[in-house]
Amino acid sequence: MTSLARPRSRGLRGNEGPFGWLFTLPAILILGIFLVIPILLAIWVSFSNWNGLGPPVGGQAEFVGTANYAEVLTQPGLARRDFGIAIRNNLYYVLFVVPTQTAVALFLAVQVNRKVLKARGFFRTAFYFPSVTSSVAITVVFLYLFGASGVVNGVLNWLRIKGPNWFADPRGVFHIVLGWLGVDGVPSFLAGEGPLGVTWWEWVAGPSVAMTALITLAVFTTSGTFMLLFLAGLQAIGQDIEEAALVDGAGPIRKFFSVTLPMLKPTLFTVLTLGLIATWQVFDQIYLAGGGAPAKTTLTPAFLAYEASFEGLRWGRGAAISFILFGIIVVLTAFQRWVLRDREGGSRRSRRRAGRMAQARAVAATTPAGHGTGGGGSE
Amino acid sequence: MTATTARETAVVSPQTTWKRRLPPKVIAGRIGSYVMLIVLAAIYIFPFIVSVASSLKTNAEATQQPLRLVPETLTFAAYERLFTDVPLLSWTVNSALVTICVTIGRVFFGSLAGYALSRLQWRGRALVFAGIIAIMAVPSVVLLIPRFLILYQLGIYDTYVGMIVPLLVDATTVFIMKNFFESIPESVEEAARIDGAGVFRTFWSVVLPMARPALITVFILAFQGSWNEFAHFIVSRQDPDLHTLTTGVATLVSGQLGSGNQYPIQLAAAVLMTIPVAVLFFIFQRHIMSTAEGAEKG
Repeated sequence: MTSLARPRSRGLRGNEGPFGWLFTLPAILILGIFLVIPILLAIWVSFSNWNGLGPPVGGQAEFVGTANYAEVLTQPGLARRDFGIAIRNNLYYVLFVVPTQTAVALFLAVQVNRKVLKARGFFRTAFYFPSVTSSVAITVVFLYLFGASGVVNGVLNWLRIKGPNWFADPRGVFHIVLGWLGVDGVPSFLAGEGPLGVTWWEWVAGPSVAMTALITLAVFTTSGTFMLLFLAGLQAIGQDIEEAALVDGAGPIRKFFSVTLPMLKPTLFTVLTLGLIATWQVFDQIYLAGGGAPAKTTLTPAFLAYEASFEGLRWGRGAAISFILFGIIVVLTAFQRWVLRDREGGSRRSRRRAGRMAQARAVAATTPAGHGTGGGGSE
Repeated sequence: MTATTARETAVVSPQTTWKRRLPPKVIAGRIGSYVMLIVLAAIYIFPFIVSVASSLKTNAEATQQPLRLVPETLTFAAYERLFTDVPLLSWTVNSALVTICVTIGRVFFGSLAGYALSRLQWRGRALVFAGIIAIMAVPSVVLLIPRFLILYQLGIYDTYVGMIVPLLVDATTVFIMKNFFESIPESVEEAARIDGAGVFRTFWSVVLPMARPALITVFILAFQGSWNEFAHFIVSRQDPDLHTLTTGVATLVSGQLGSGNQYPIQLAAAVLMTIPVAVLFFIFQRHIMSTAEGAEKG
């Protein structure tokens, strides 16, 4: 009795302080040096005229105030126009990818969740496998599939459709549709200049044909991951409720919309948020598909920041674009959270949601469109 | 996960009784949905089959006959060129080096920190954990330029150190490990401590072995994440000798090989670089599928 009590009284867990710091030291050091300090460094650079020569701090770089931010946001010129085009491109990318990948993932999950289905394992594997491949490998494959005489055009040819030269076609799909409807020129009410030095006509262009190929790529590589998340959500709902709905005489479609979907709301929230965060960060695919080509219609802010810095040596501008992008992601995520907010909400609920989000993002981090896990483990 | 199996067994009996008197309409619907799923699965698998097939074609045939699944003239020329005209071997060695270091680092440092944040009592714990959570919220693409800046400032741009060390710790890994350690009963540790084991000893030989499922998850994420990593190696190096498979294959796409589209060699490289993650996927398939399911139940 006494022999047991003694170490405990001195505190079985008494002197753990040093160990706590020791165990977390590698993590604190590496995240501090390669994540926190770099961000502070980049904040400085975004207010400076550093041109890549000499060290960013303590060298010849001078403080230029908000000039770099003004160049891309308010000052008329090429820098602002490029930024505007990049925002437009990415906006369409998000608007097309997020709903499509969510709908496809949900559809696949419902299909492979059915108990009567044979070979469910095979189907799940088939739909999930594209998610584990690297963004580089899968983009290489898509560049081939969507080549001028590629597989996609070969299939379209069977259907007597002449496919476009996908990755070389800068036409916006909304412009193409308007062209079919007889709108040939620029309507006068859209000729004026819209935000960021981009005309309204350009704002309504829609994603370019080249961008639609990248949109398809994103849906292809992420739907499997999100299918797994939905599958988990469906299994948590349980069979009883679904069967109860069937007994009540609801058809499968009615049952889906009035029973399954409302109960999947938390998962839906997770998937939409992760999708939104990831699609605003698209970089790898843009780099490989020609760095914004054709005619800058696949340019995105993430790539523009890279290009301005590494190729244009305008590091201040590149850093400024990065922080604006960060701001966009934060604001849109907050906005989405507000739109989809839980009206019954409570702190316990939101804490559970935070945990679920963190684990889900870990799973989603495996997808190439989610930009890999390299960058500090964030999406 | 256990709920799934329990439910499956429960469902078996009514299902078998239904089966005998299925109306034709239901059977037709079922066949229809199978056809649809098979078509969808074919669409998902098709790009990979086409890649393998076209990597075995000549340049001309890959361009003109993209849909032919059996090459007219079967050739391994693309694969041979990857080892003669292209330093694929060196890229692979670099990728392997980075992947091994990063995987070990992430698993080890992630479990250490996760353990300290979940099971050790110390001042500053809440603060450090809040910091980790804040870091998880930073979008990785925003870090590209900052990362370059620090590597450049520290003089480790274009070195293995600069390529590997920033990836050694990952906030998500710490988070996953912390969550898992919290589920291990405290009595296990206390027994070890009473037996005289120190803090590290308790962690290493008692708690860590119990965390096997979480370690596998973290291992898969780290391996796949570092093997597939692209953007970090774009901003942390420019020396061609430091190309990894991802950045190396990217140069093939940008037409470093001269005239023509060179599809077979690009596809061959894409096929080869997919093999390690594909092997990993098939080994841990069951684990991966159930990880995602566990994620939602928490």
